[in-house]
Amino acid sequence: MKTAKLIEYLRVDRMPTVWCPGCGNGIIMKATVDAIDRLGLSKSEVAIVSGIGCSSRVTGYLDFNTLHTLHGRAIAFATGVKLARPDMTVIVMGGDGDMLAIGGNHFIHACRRNLNLTVIVFNNSIYGMTGGQYSPTTPTYAMASTAPYGSIEKPFDVVDLATSSGATYVARSTVYHYELTVKFIKAAIEHKGMAVVDVITNCHTYFGRYNKIPDPSEMLEQFKEKSIPLSKAEELSENELKDRIIIGEFRKVESPDFQELYKQLQEKARGEDGYKA
Amino acid sequence: MIAEKTRLAITGAEAVAHAMRQINPDVVAAYPITPQTPIVENFAKFVADGIVDTEMIPVESEHSAMSAVVGAAAAGARAMTATSANGLALMHEIVYIAASTRLPIVMPVVNRALSGPINIHCDHSDTMAERDSGWIQLFAENAQEAYDLTIIALKLAEHESVLLPVMVNQDGFIISHGVEPVEILPDDVVRNFIGEKKPRYSLLDVENPVTYGPLDLYDYYFEHKRQQVEAMENVFEVFPKVVEEFAEISGRKYNFIEPYRLEDAEHVMVALGSTNGTIKDVVDELRAEGKKVGLLKIWMYRPFPKAEIQRELYGRKTVVVLDRSMSFGAEAPLYAEVKSALYEAPAKPLMGSFIYGLGGREILPEHIRSAFEMAVAGELVVDDQKYLGLRE
Ligand SMILES: Cc1ncc(C[n+]2csc(CCOP(=O)(O)OP(=O)(O)O)c2C)c(N)n1
Repeated sequence: MKTAKLIEYLRVDRMPTVWCPGCGNGIIMKATVDAIDRLGLSKSEVAIVSGIGCSSRVTGYLDFNTLHTLHGRAIAFATGVKLARPDMTVIVMGGDGDMLAIGGNHFIHACRRNLNLTVIVFNNSIYGMTGGQYSPTTPTYAMASTAPYGSIEKPFDVVDLATSSGATYVARSTVYHYELTVKFIKAAIEHKGMAVVDVITNCHTYFGRYNKIPDPSEMLEQFKEKSIPLSKAEELSENELKDRIIIGEFRKVESPDFQELYKQLQEKARGEDGYKA
Repeated sequence: MIAEKTRLAITGAEAVAHAMRQINPDVVAAYPITPQTPIVENFAKFVADGIVDTEMIPVESEHSAMSAVVGAAAAGARAMTATSANGLALMHEIVYIAASTRLPIVMPVVNRALSGPINIHCDHSDTMAERDSGWIQLFAENAQEAYDLTIIALKLAEHESVLLPVMVNQDGFIISHGVEPVEILPDDVVRNFIGEKKPRYSLLDVENPVTYGPLDLYDYYFEHKRQQVEAMENVFEVFPKVVEEFAEISGRKYNFIEPYRLEDAEHVMVALGSTNGTIKDVVDELRAEGKKVGLLKIWMYRPFPKAEIQRELYGRKTVVVLDRSMSFGAEAPLYAEVKSALYEAPAKPLMGSFIYGLGGREILPEHIRSAFEMAVAGELVVDDQKYLGLRE
């Protein structure tokens, strides 16, 4: 995507961003814009909702209908937006802490309901904004400011969580894989029902420094080396997949979304002549 | 470990982390939020280095943090957490549970504006939203006070005729991130001062099983609320004893309020938190110019020390109240309460209400001076809310 085109979708007067030089958040922001552009959606057709965190600041920079809400609550606010304006494309963007720790409850229930939302998780395995505390996606034994000798907790696998909670489109990419990220976000927006895209990104400032990979390009290199497409991963054993990032589309099923069922119920309740029986 | 009185150049957050280290709570559960984060981070280092015996859990939200702390305290443990702004707001429903189940939890609160729009800087809107929750609320002027009041709070909270939770407020960034000299007491002195916790009704006392929080309808709920009132009243008896004992170990004297150059003052300002430091400077300047001004600093906001305030404010010409939060559609919290305390005054002073510093807006000596000057010139109009440092 050409810079001139990209800029049309951004609030350049709000820049520079709060993100550290080399942060992957910009890549995800651009990929989202690119996907929207390729779909030919106009700015007024799209609402973007975020919570609080470094990644959630994206709603300040994207020139769409944006709602910057509370830490953990983006999906709940987005639910309201979607119900009030079913015609709009509603995209939720935010961090792993925002979506899976403090907001974990909203995440699983939106999946269960198969609400027609696109949820993009900026998965940097840490709380970036508050200074590098471990998050629900921090790998076991990785270091963080609250885990100076390594975290002993087991992380969530965002894909597993979304799939088992009922999301009907689930994909994973990394910021190294730009085109793939655009492709998945585009597919997620087109999908009818709850779509989750887990994008692995780099917080070299905290996760990197705590775990001896302080260089952003080195983190991206690692994403490249560790990534393995889903089709290949299926042939490997659990042991061989340790520490690998499996990328691809994990789930893509057609299933009536919340609003469709809601409409059906309304029609049924009204009866054939349009009145409630 | 600190064996002798030591002066350290540290922030308010670090000072409170030291107080927590010396308290050595059994359980700490917390979730990060700016500007509270450095308290918990510093404390986490003490935990990781084995300096304290605390079981620490970085939970997934403040709602869980306060819930875990309530659970631990009900089990008989000394349990602590710390928070700010939206974190405190998210705790709200359990804040009430802690007070009404009479659990002596001490919680440092690093004051920050409550959204929206989102803001991370200091004002008192977060703690003011909890003023009717049944917690004792103390306010520090600086890092030293934040440290001292945390230790005092623990002893006060656990006193058998109090058994109430305490919030120790410090102004976000101004105190929490500003480096100041702080005198840290020897560890064993603090430990002796606070003593062992002796929970009277503990879930772990399996010989005498109890239940916390069962359904309490129109049969007893009202009586339980009345007991909370009594516990708050008992604070007026217990607190002076606790601060007297604290003065013996530290040489620093605390009280419900701190009068500053009040002897013959005709015009008195009343405020909470770090701004008191600035006001003291302005009072000194105005005194040098021959103006009879003074300050009444509020250390304890809940329970509200009405009698002490009456004693200090009766007979003054004007009373200027500074609030760092608002009550939309009504008088500002501190102003309303000071005004109410003066209802019985034989001769009512002229009162002025000034809002300042919302969302971290700077409060400068000239702002304070201008409020004093209005008071001296007799220009105050009762209930006419004015704003310091606001563009209008
Ligand atoms: C109720 C509440 N608690 C805590 C915070 C403080 N806080 C802001 S962002 C954040 C975590 C950020 O991590 P993540 O969501 O993973 O996003 P990132 O910054 O890494 O993009 C926290 C704990 C808050 N704003 N509100």
